[in-house]
Amino acid sequence: MMILSGDPPKSRVLTLVLVLIILALAATPFLFPGAKALNVAAKICVFAALVASYDLLLGYTGTVSFAHTMFYGIGSYAIAIALYGMGPNWAAVATGIVTGLPLAALLALAIGLFSLRVAAIFFAMITLAVASAFQVLASQLSWLTGGEDGRSFRLPELLRPGTVLIPKDMFGVEINGRILTYYLVFAGSALMILALLRVVNSPFGRVLQAIRENRFRAEALGFRTVFHLTYANCIAALVAASAGILNALWLRYAGPDTSLSFSIMLDILLMVVIGGMGTIYGAVIGATIFIVAQNYLQSLMGVASKAADEAGLPLLPGLLHPDRWLLWLGLLFIASVYFFPTGVVGRLRYGGGKKTAGPSH
Amino acid sequence: MPLTLETRDLTIRFGGHVAVNNVSCTFRPGELTAIVGPNGAGKTTYFNLISGQLRASGGSILFDGIDITQHSAPMRTRAGLGRAFQLTNLFPNLSVEENVRLAVQAASGTHYDMLRPWMVRRDLIARADSILDQVALGSRRGVTATALSHGDQRKLEVALMIALEPKVFMFDEPTAGMSIDEVPVVLKLIAQLKQDRSKIILLVEHKMDVVRSLADRIIVLHNGQLVADGPPAEVIASPIVQEAYLGVAPKTAESVG
Repeated sequence: MMILSGDPPKSRVLTLVLVLIILALAATPFLFPGAKALNVAAKICVFAALVASYDLLLGYTGTVSFAHTMFYGIGSYAIAIALYGMGPNWAAVATGIVTGLPLAALLALAIGLFSLRVAAIFFAMITLAVASAFQVLASQLSWLTGGEDGRSFRLPELLRPGTVLIPKDMFGVEINGRILTYYLVFAGSALMILALLRVVNSPFGRVLQAIRENRFRAEALGFRTVFHLTYANCIAALVAASAGILNALWLRYAGPDTSLSFSIMLDILLMVVIGGMGTIYGAVIGATIFIVAQNYLQSLMGVASKAADEAGLPLLPGLLHPDRWLLWLGLLFIASVYFFPTGVVGRLRYGGGKKTAGPSH
Repeated sequence: MPLTLETRDLTIRFGGHVAVNNVSCTFRPGELTAIVGPNGAGKTTYFNLISGQLRASGGSILFDGIDITQHSAPMRTRAGLGRAFQLTNLFPNLSVEENVRLAVQAASGTHYDMLRPWMVRRDLIARADSILDQVALGSRRGVTATALSHGDQRKLEVALMIALEPKVFMFDEPTAGMSIDEVPVVLKLIAQLKQDRSKIILLVEHKMDVVRSLADRIIVLHNGQLVADGPPAEVIASPIVQEAYLGVAPKTAESVG
C-alpha cells in the first residue's frame, strides 16, 4: 500500500471504478481503435493529473487559485517554443522542460510569498490578475508564441506516428510513435498523481489540512503557514506545468485555447467538484466523467434526438438536439453537485451521510 | 540563568479603549500564577499579547532575556510559549489523534517533510497516543474533533498544548463549561505539570476553589490594570480585590464564595 502512501480508496465500489478506469486507459490503444478514442484517453490522463494538482490547492489547503491554467500554459508553451525554435530533437524537449518547470515554480513562489500571507480572497484576486495578464502577454508576444494561432511543432522522430516500433502482426495493432507518446502521457500522469498522493499524506500534507481547517490554530502550533501554502502552490504549479508539457507533446501544438483560456480553468473547477475535493482520487473520476461527457454526450444526443424524432415524440427531438449538449452538461453538473455535495468520491466513501473524518483513518 | 517571562508596561489600545494598561509583571519557573479579574478585565487580551495573537501598542515582552514583542505567534510558539485557548480552537474535521499528532509534529520540527507518508513516523504517533492517554481521551482517538463533547474538546485543547512541550504553559479557563466529574482530570494534569519545577505556568480561572488549590501566586487585573499581586491568601483578602472582583462582577462572586 506504500505506493498509494497509505491512503487507499477505502470503498469497494470506488476501488472497482478506479481500477476499471485505469485498465481502460492503459488498454485504450488496443481496445478502442481510432484517433478519437486515443485523443479522449490522453486528455483524461492529462486532466486527471492537472485536476489532482488543483485539488492539492483547493481541496487540501482551501485556497482558491485562478492561475492554474497559467502554469499549465507555461509548460505547454515552453515545450512548444523549444521544439518550434530548435527543431524536432530531444535536446529541444529537454530545454522545454528545464525552462518551463523552474519558470512555473518561481512564478508560483513569487505569487505565494506575495499574497498568501493575507486573506484568501486576496490570493484569488491576485491569481486572477496575473493569469489575465499572462494570457494577454501570450497573445501579444506573437513573434515568440505565435499569438492567437499558437505554435505547431514536430516531435522527435521516435514519437512520430510514422515511426513503426512493433509491426501490426504482433499484437494486431501497430505500435507506432503515436502510441508510444500516449504511454508517455499515461505514465507521466500516473506518476504525478501518485506523487501528489504522497504529498497530501505526508506530515507536510497533514499541516496543509490543518491550515484549511483552522489557520489561526496551525500558527499557534508554531507552523509558518505562509511557507506551507507557498510550497503547496509551487508543487501544484510544477505538476500543472508538467501536465501542460504532456498535453503539448500529445497535441503537437500549444495555443491560447488549448492551454490558457479561462474555460479550461472552469473545466478544472467542475472536475474537482464532481470528483470530490480533498481526495486526489476525485480528480481521476471527475476528469473521466467530464471529458467522456464532453466528447460523447453530443453524439449520444444526436442518436437520441433522431430516435425520438422517428418515434414521433413532441418536444424531445428539439431538447435532445446535439446543439443543446451544453445545456445537458450544465444540468448534469447541477445535479451532481446537488446529489453529491462531497463529490463522487465523498459519496462512495462516506455514503449519503455527512462528511466525517475527511481523509484521515 | 533560570527562565523568565516578563512584561514591561505592556499596553494595547483598541481605538480609545485601553484593554491592557501598563502591565508589568515577571513570571518565574516553578511558580503557578493565577490571573483573575472580572469579565472584560483584559485577562485573555493579556494572554493574546504574550502568545502573539495580538501586537502590543506599547511596552515590551521579554522571554528568556530576549525581546519578543515583535515576534509572530508561530515564532513565539517555537521559542517555547504554549497556549491553550479559552474558546475551543481545534481542527474540527480531523481526528482527535490527528489534532494531537499535528502538535507533536510541530514540536518535533517536522514542518516540510513531504516525501514520506505520515504513518512511517511511528514516533509521532506513539507520542500523540501517550498524550491522549494522559488526558483520558485515548478511547476517542479515531473520532473527529467536532464529534467530541464540550468537555472532551477542552481536554483536547489542553492536550495540544502539552504536545508542544512548551516552557511556558498558558491555560485560559481550562475547566470552563466542563461537567463536575471532568474537572478533576484537568486539575490533576495541571498539578502534574507543576511538579516539573522548570516550567512557568499561567492560569486564567474564574473558579476560586481551583485558584486556591493550585496557585502559588495571584495577580489581579481590573479594567486592564494590574491591581494586586501576591500569595493567594493575601491577595484574596485584600480590600482592593474584594472591591474590584466581588463588587463589580456580582455573578462571578458566587464562584468566589
